[in-house]
Order: sequence, then C-alpha cells, then structure tokens
Amino acid sequence: MKKINIGKAAIIGLLGFALWYVIYKQLEPFSYFFAYSLLGLEKGSHLGDAVQFFVYDTPKVMMLLTIIVFVIGMIRSFFTQERTRKYLAGKRESAGNVMASLLGIVTPFCSCSAVPLFLGFVQAGIPLGVTFSFLIAAPMVNEVALILLYGLLGWKVAAMYLGSGLLIAIVAGWIIGRFKLEHWIEDWVQELRAGEALVIEKKLTLADRIEHGCEAVRDIVGKVWIYVVAGIGVGALIHGYVPENFMTSIMGKEAWWSVPAAVVVGIPMYSGAAGMIPIVEALLGKGAALGTVLAFMMSVIALSLPEMVILRKVLKPGLIAVFIAVVGTGILFTGYLFNLVI
Amino acid sequence: MEIKICGPGCASCEKAQKVVEAAVAAKEVDASVTKITDFQEIAKLGIFSTPAVIIDGDVKCVGRAPKQAEVEEWISNS
Repeated sequence: MKKINIGKAAIIGLLGFALWYVIYKQLEPFSYFFAYSLLGLEKGSHLGDAVQFFVYDTPKVMMLLTIIVFVIGMIRSFFTQERTRKYLAGKRESAGNVMASLLGIVTPFCSCSAVPLFLGFVQAGIPLGVTFSFLIAAPMVNEVALILLYGLLGWKVAAMYLGSGLLIAIVAGWIIGRFKLEHWIEDWVQELRAGEALVIEKKLTLADRIEHGCEAVRDIVGKVWIYVVAGIGVGALIHGYVPENFMTSIMGKEAWWSVPAAVVVGIPMYSGAAGMIPIVEALLGKGAALGTVLAFMMSVIALSLPEMVILRKVLKPGLIAVFIAVVGTGILFTGYLFNLVI
Repeated sequence: MEIKICGPGCASCEKAQKVVEAAVAAKEVDASVTKITDFQEIAKLGIFSTPAVIIDGDVKCVGRAPKQAEVEEWISNS
C-alpha cells in the first residue's frame, strides 16, 4: 500500500470540504432560481412548491449523506467487531450497557451479522443484557437516519433521536439483564463458552482508512440514493398537494392511541433508516405529532421481523418476546414523552 | 485446493465470494469454492464475525471481505 503524506492529505481534505461547503450553500438559492425563474412556475403554487422542494432537498441530502458516510466509514475502520468484543468482555453490567450502546453506533454491523456477533459476545462471557444493548443500538442509532433527520428537520430533532435511541438501548438492555434469561439462549450456543475466538487483525494505514471511507460511500450512498430520491419525491408531492392538517386527526397529539398503533404497525414493516425519513418528514409536515412519528420510525428500524427470524436460531421464543416487549415499551414511552414535551 | 467462505449470505459475504472466485480464475488454479452458511458450523470453527475465508483449513481473514490481490497472494502461498 502506498504511503500518504498526512499534511498533504489534510490540505486536500480541507480544500475539498471548502468546495463542498460553497456548493452546499448555493443549493437553496439555486432551487428558487430553478423553480420560479427558469421554469417560470408561480411562487406558492402546488407545482412550484413541489418542484422547489425536490430540487433543493435532493442534492442537499445527498451531499450531507456523502460527507458523513465518508467520515463514519473512516471512523469505523478503527472499530472492528473483534475489538468491540474485547472492550466489552471485562465490563460490569451498568457501565457495560452504556458502552455497548455507544459502540453499537460505531461498530460496523448489518442485520445478518447479528447472529455471529451474538455468538461471539456469549463466547467472550459478555452479559446477556449488555449484548442486547449493543443489538438494540446498532440498527436504531443509524448514521444515515441521523443525517437525514438533521438535514430535513434540524439538529434538535436529530439530537433527540440520538439521545432517546441510546437511552432505550441502555435501559432495555439493563432490564433484560435483570430478568436473568440466560437459560433462554439455545443450548448449542451455551456450549461455545469453552471455545476460543479466532482473531486476525490487519494493520491499517491512513491510505487504507481513506479507502474505507470511499468504499462506505460507494456501498451505502450507491445503495440508498434511489430510496432517498424516491422518498423526497413523495415528500415533495405531499408537500405541495396534501392539505396541511390532513394527518392531525389520525396521528396528532390528541389521538392518544396513535402511539401504540404506530409501534405495532411498525414491527412487521422493515426498511432501512434512509427509506423512512422522507415519509417521516411528510407526515410531520401535515400535522402528525413528532412523538408518534418517531415511535413509528424507531419501531420500523429497531424491531424488524427479518432480524427476529435470524435471531430465533440462537434465542428461544420467550427471549425474543421479552426483547420485543421491552424495546416496544421503551419506544412507546419515547413517543408519549416527545408528544408531551413538544 | 479447498476454499471455504463463511457467511450467512448478506452483501459483504457475497462480495467475498465474488472476490475469491475472481482470484481463483485469475490464478488459474484448480480449487473448489464452497460456502458455509450454517451459524452453528461457522461458530464451531471459532469464527464470530463474517465473512471469513478459509483456504485448505487455514483461516485467512475474519470479519471483512478481502481484496482480490490479497486472495491471490494467499493462493500463491498455499
């Protein structure tokens, strides 16, 4: 692997970021120019608003997504599942729950690596509750979701999402730990405790880490862009055409039953975070309450049927039921809390 | 030569398989490439993050899809 001069890399990085920022700042004026001057659409008309919204939000979200996915991709090259396992192996429960949730954000993870990861955690003697904190945080606090929330709804909503996602992971994991459900892990998993985990670490250079970042951009942005564009398209249509208070009676604050309904409806639905956000934005824009919408989103992302099916290979049904119940309750509380506070 | 790829079948596991197959084709070696998808079997090998690549019983990498040049080197050295 060729060596990269750190100073040179930093200068190129800064210049790149400056250019990125200049373009980013031009997006909003450009969208007004495009919709109202170039196409000559009328300001305040349905079509004009929808076009302006689409032309502004699509490049904005894609630019945010690219830069953050790159940075997270580089950060992730410092955290492998092996290292995370080692960090957590010696931790006691409460501190372990907090660390596991935080590591859940930065450790590379996909839903089908959940089982090997679970096995590795059990094998390393990590408490069950701590393992669950990780398994809850990893999909729920997702960098793509955070960026989209920040880009479309502002930093406050993004921060609240981050905070409540972490809190649910920590508390739910801790509670599952209190139940002492180790006997609900499948028997063959228990026998692994004796074995030794194989670890092969590769030394990474700065060039490797930059490559990691680029690969993450290719992988993630390459996969989700179509959902983002389609989602913003739907969002733009709703933005321009659906009446303002359309959702208020169904998903507004007054409808107390809408929070549990949102959680239940969300469980069988499965979508990555990216596909959810434009829907979230559209619902909010039309009078749905923030708590209800976030509960819906968390339920879709964190409680997914396909993941349950995979986890069933290592967990007995009782433990899966407890997992759904505890996390579902956490999401429910978050939903009501946000509806109450905001 | 016997090459095994451990992985339940997600995107990066499939990438690992493609890379290995390309490397085998490039080196023109006689090798069988098979997949292990059963979690229990994978765990028994001491592997807890996927994908992993095993060449003639030697575990070469764990928890990532290797690059083609790497795999070619492993094949040469085996």
